[in-house]
Amino acid sequence: MMRLLAALLLLPLSGALAQQQSGEPSGGAPSVQSAAPEVGAGRGGTGNANQPASSDPQSVTGGPRPERVAPKPRVPVEPITAPVPYSARGGVEAGALEAQHAEKGGVISGAVSIPNQAAGILIQPEGRDWRGFRTRILSIAGAVILLGTVFILAGLYLLRGPQRIDAGRSGRTIHRYGVFERMNHWMVAVSFVLLGLTGLNITFGRAVLRPVIGAEAFTALTWTGQAVHQFLSFPFVIGLLAMVVLWLRDNLPSKVDVAWVKAGGPMAKGHPPAGRFNAAQKALYWFVVGGGILASVSGYLLMAPGLLDNVTSQQWAHVVHGLMAMVMMAAIIGHIYIGTIGTEGAFEAMATGQVDYNYAREHHSLWVDDRLAEARRTAVGAD
Amino acid sequence: MARMKFLCDSDRCIECNACVTACKNEHEVPWGINRRRVVTIGDGKPGERSISMACMHCTDAPCAAVCPVACFYGTEDGLVLHDKDLCIGCGYCFYACPFGAPQYPRVGNFGGRGKMDKCTYCAGGPQQDNSAVEYMQYGSNRIAEGKLPLCAEMCSTKALLAGDGEIIASIYKERVQQRGYGSGAWGWRTAYKEELPA
Repeated sequence: MMRLLAALLLLPLSGALAQQQSGEPSGGAPSVQSAAPEVGAGRGGTGNANQPASSDPQSVTGGPRPERVAPKPRVPVEPITAPVPYSARGGVEAGALEAQHAEKGGVISGAVSIPNQAAGILIQPEGRDWRGFRTRILSIAGAVILLGTVFILAGLYLLRGPQRIDAGRSGRTIHRYGVFERMNHWMVAVSFVLLGLTGLNITFGRAVLRPVIGAEAFTALTWTGQAVHQFLSFPFVIGLLAMVVLWLRDNLPSKVDVAWVKAGGPMAKGHPPAGRFNAAQKALYWFVVGGGILASVSGYLLMAPGLLDNVTSQQWAHVVHGLMAMVMMAAIIGHIYIGTIGTEGAFEAMATGQVDYNYAREHHSLWVDDRLAEARRTAVGAD
Repeated sequence: MARMKFLCDSDRCIECNACVTACKNEHEVPWGINRRRVVTIGDGKPGERSISMACMHCTDAPCAAVCPVACFYGTEDGLVLHDKDLCIGCGYCFYACPFGAPQYPRVGNFGGRGKMDKCTYCAGGPQQDNSAVEYMQYGSNRIAEGKLPLCAEMCSTKALLAGDGEIIASIYKERVQQRGYGSGAWGWRTAYKEELPA
């Protein structure tokens, strides 16, 4: 209808403009039209383009309109409640909220429009508790545990002296640890000692070493130490897993261990019978395996913060890591004492793989019996 | 000297994030690091409020207490700054910080932490003021030029205030008195052991 009207109005105009307006080029029109239309066509010249023919009111187009019915509201109508006055909205008070969270714990968090969603934590009061752990609990407990162990062992050495082989050295040896067992032991041992020293530097170095060597040197040392700590975690963990494979069977608890403990363990008069490992060694084994897994898992979580993008979990990982490390170091100090100066004939086992026959007889009688029985069987079999 | 503080009036903050953008642009902060951020509590619910948060430059700063290499130092304006040449990127300050201010660039194959980066209150670091080295490590030093932090300076609703703690506290108190309400100064209890009654 509109198009018809437009065509009627444009009839008196030149053919080119009419084609442009209708948008339908006629068959005879050139494909490229002149950029400049003819003078007089809608350019203020003589032609009165697009002007209505008359000023009389035009007749309404279209038929009569259908009557529209306004939608009716549901009955009964739910009243729209008045909005809360602006001054009373929320009702949160920063100081009160912070005090409440500081007392009960838990973070105050919200939404952020940056990719790092962990940044949505506005205030985390747990940081204060962790600060207390780092500056007081871990330092004091760690120092007490480690120095206490050293003092106890020093006292033991001075008062009781090393445990001698009662029967004296026999001059004959028995094979106790294979090459692979020893290499694995020393891999774990070296990495553990370096892990321990670099870890202690992180915990105590600021108070102990930094005033002595200066801030720059201390940062250089700690930076290197941190790298050493992270890289040596791998041989430590691999060695620990190898220990699980190598020594699990000989460390399963048995009735002999109960008898060994009941007889008084290391303080017993004489030597209660024991297998390849006595109950104390088994306890150390399980402690090192369990503690090592805890310490390494928590350590890896701290090492790769992307794994645990949550500050509270990272605090707990540090607590587990720190405490486990301190207790393990104390246990290993004891292990080093017993394995070196504390017991005559013990160190050779891990150094050469051979122990004196009398040492084995006294400390691991059941294991020696087994070995001898096995040796006899193979000897008989060879015959 | 003045004790410089931040104060975010959450009844004015419209979560436009201009403070975040201004900070990133002024200091050319790398990708993935935001020294300042806007947290919206109760987003989309009645009574939601937004708070712009960065390092609050605490009194008795926890980050400084736990740092294993003691790389933090205080300025006479009461700011808590750190020396990136001493930082080892261990993450301890992040565990201790109540406001999540310390940020770390991810470095290495495990995505480990690089040297810590945080709000400097536009006061740079320990290097020579406004030197190229300082700009590289810490961004611009507006305080040395006698200017206030850019985030607060260009806040469109003047929700974020920076400056002498007593002055901004009095501005806030005056506002609260005039309009008759206010939710208090966010983080002040935690950072300065001080509350602004609404």
